[in-house]
Amino acid sequence: MDKSRSDTSHSAAVSDIGTASRAHIGDKIFSRLTLIFGLLIVAILVGLLVALNFDAWPAIQKFGLSFITSTEWDPVNEEFGALPAIYGTLLSSLIGLVIAVPISLGSAIFLSELAPQWMRKPCSFLIEMLAAIPSVIIGLWGLYVMVPFIRNPIEVWLGSNLGFLPLFSGPPFGVGFLSAGIILAIMVIPIITAVSREAVSAVPLTQREAMLALGATRWETITRSVLPYCRSGLMGAVILGLARALGETMAVTMVIGNAYVLSPSLFSPGATIASKVASEFSEASGDVYIGSLIELALVLFAITLLVNIIARLLVWRTVSVRGIGE
Amino acid sequence: MAIAVILVAAIALAGCSAPTTVPAAPAKSVNLTGAGATFPAPLYTKWFDEYNKITGVKVNYQPIGSGGGISQITEGTVDFGATDGIMTAEELSKAETKNGPILHIPTTSGSVAIIYNLANIGSGQLKLSGDVLADIYLKKITKWNDPAIAALNPDLKLPDAPIAVVFRSDGSGTTYIFTNYLTKVSQEWSNKIGNAKSVKWPGDIGGQGNAGVAGQVQQIPNSIGYVELAYAKQNKLGWSKLKNTAGNLVEPSLEATTRAAEGVSLPDDMKVMLTNSSNPEAYPIVGFTWILAYVNQKNKDKGEALAQMLWWAIHDGQQYTEPLTYASLAGAAVSKAENAILSMKYQGQALITR
Repeated sequence: MDKSRSDTSHSAAVSDIGTASRAHIGDKIFSRLTLIFGLLIVAILVGLLVALNFDAWPAIQKFGLSFITSTEWDPVNEEFGALPAIYGTLLSSLIGLVIAVPISLGSAIFLSELAPQWMRKPCSFLIEMLAAIPSVIIGLWGLYVMVPFIRNPIEVWLGSNLGFLPLFSGPPFGVGFLSAGIILAIMVIPIITAVSREAVSAVPLTQREAMLALGATRWETITRSVLPYCRSGLMGAVILGLARALGETMAVTMVIGNAYVLSPSLFSPGATIASKVASEFSEASGDVYIGSLIELALVLFAITLLVNIIARLLVWRTVSVRGIGE
Repeated sequence: MAIAVILVAAIALAGCSAPTTVPAAPAKSVNLTGAGATFPAPLYTKWFDEYNKITGVKVNYQPIGSGGGISQITEGTVDFGATDGIMTAEELSKAETKNGPILHIPTTSGSVAIIYNLANIGSGQLKLSGDVLADIYLKKITKWNDPAIAALNPDLKLPDAPIAVVFRSDGSGTTYIFTNYLTKVSQEWSNKIGNAKSVKWPGDIGGQGNAGVAGQVQQIPNSIGYVELAYAKQNKLGWSKLKNTAGNLVEPSLEATTRAAEGVSLPDDMKVMLTNSSNPEAYPIVGFTWILAYVNQKNKDKGEALAQMLWWAIHDGQQYTEPLTYASLAGAAVSKAENAILSMKYQGQALITR
């Protein structure tokens, strides 16, 4: 692959310069300096983990593993469990992805394969602009514009026609998992679109030309050659979107309804880990209560770390697959 | 720069000559810092601004929440804290083993209005009692036409619709006052849920802040919620009347809020909730908001400035309460607050005298 090849030749050139002119102390200082900065970032991560663990210790000690499985959240009696928040985090992110992935992939394919040249740049720019809107503004829009629309007609209609399904049971409050999922979809679409557009654009022209030369239609070229080729890149895009959705706080807090329940209904108000921490942290008192909120943060930390590791692995795989492909 | 100095001097001089009970500006320029409750923040901002104009003392107040105020004063990183809830025994012992006794000095009181969204039923038309309100929030009364609500409202046509219960999802002094009231009027609430800034709500929807609760109630038909009176007034929200201990139906108002302090026996340390007051004119869901300060001040100048500022706040400062929709302190509350301020010391010496 072009990029990795130029990378190796570049680093070779750098070490050449290093051996050729040892007099350059500046280079040495520079490399040490960057090393320190690099280590600093690792130190921040480790420090963060240590500090979170330290502060969460009263809760970890008191509840142990039952913190993960308990559905209780009772500040008065100091009984805390994370399950409804973990469930809410995963469910709202899942809804977000189910909505966002088809839209994002569709627009990425359109922008890199089908759209006329003059449209591509402005359109992708506009989509990326969407990512720059602060989440509190999306949340306000969600609360005052989107939620009333979701309550009536969407939830009212779903409830009266499909209300026999547990998924659409319960009163149509508007706020709840469904609204949170839709807000998340809006927030992750720009990320998934931008990254997957890059992935689709990175497919070598020869792949397309080969398919077309075999007499394939455009549809066949895209589905049988282009998409399989950048499959891992697309997966990476989706997982980056997921990581964003898992940690999103403000907008979700405003539309999810903040009830601490385990409910199969999409209409039910719920809570995510991030929304729970944001809601209660400033007024929490007592070591166990604060510790539990911090332990919630640790759980979220673990979930997003896991997701990021998976994304990293997939992106690495993309790079190596492309390398072989060329 | 020179101009600024002259200006400050001029303001300080003006302060001295003004015929008020304001203490003379201290010789050294003193800065005070405080942190805590968000509920009184607009009033405190106004106070400290006015107080700065009169005396030149700068007070920097950070509304980071009552919990934050308590932990900051415990750590000693601020000169005073502010809270809407009484410090718990655990919090008190933490702070007092470090820095000695801590004072709860009431500055103003606030009340909680019950707001609702019912078609064709306007503000002040719905009437509720404490036990009915508790049962609604316990989800024991789930429909608007429940006999218990109908009995209080024989003149209203209540809908056969489920009640959507809205609560504050973020920890707040408003919730503390509200759950304190429910704990007093309902044994079941007291046993099952309790009194705190954040509790285990049986249902249904949590709103973020007063605005979040009000937004949900305005949007969702047949809902009920609770917000600070100041917020309800500023946003012209409709509220219900509540039956107080004397059996009178009272609308939340600044007057009815002030009256609440007159129907509760106030202990000398002022650590008391004003809910369910026995005064026949009182609105039942009322609470003080307090400034927290140590009896033993570590810095003479700062301690003096703080005591003088607090003295000003509970006297002259009270004129700013009503325009900002806060209820003023009255009667015994003021004299007990005075005693608390007079008890502040530096190395055993009283900081101010009457």
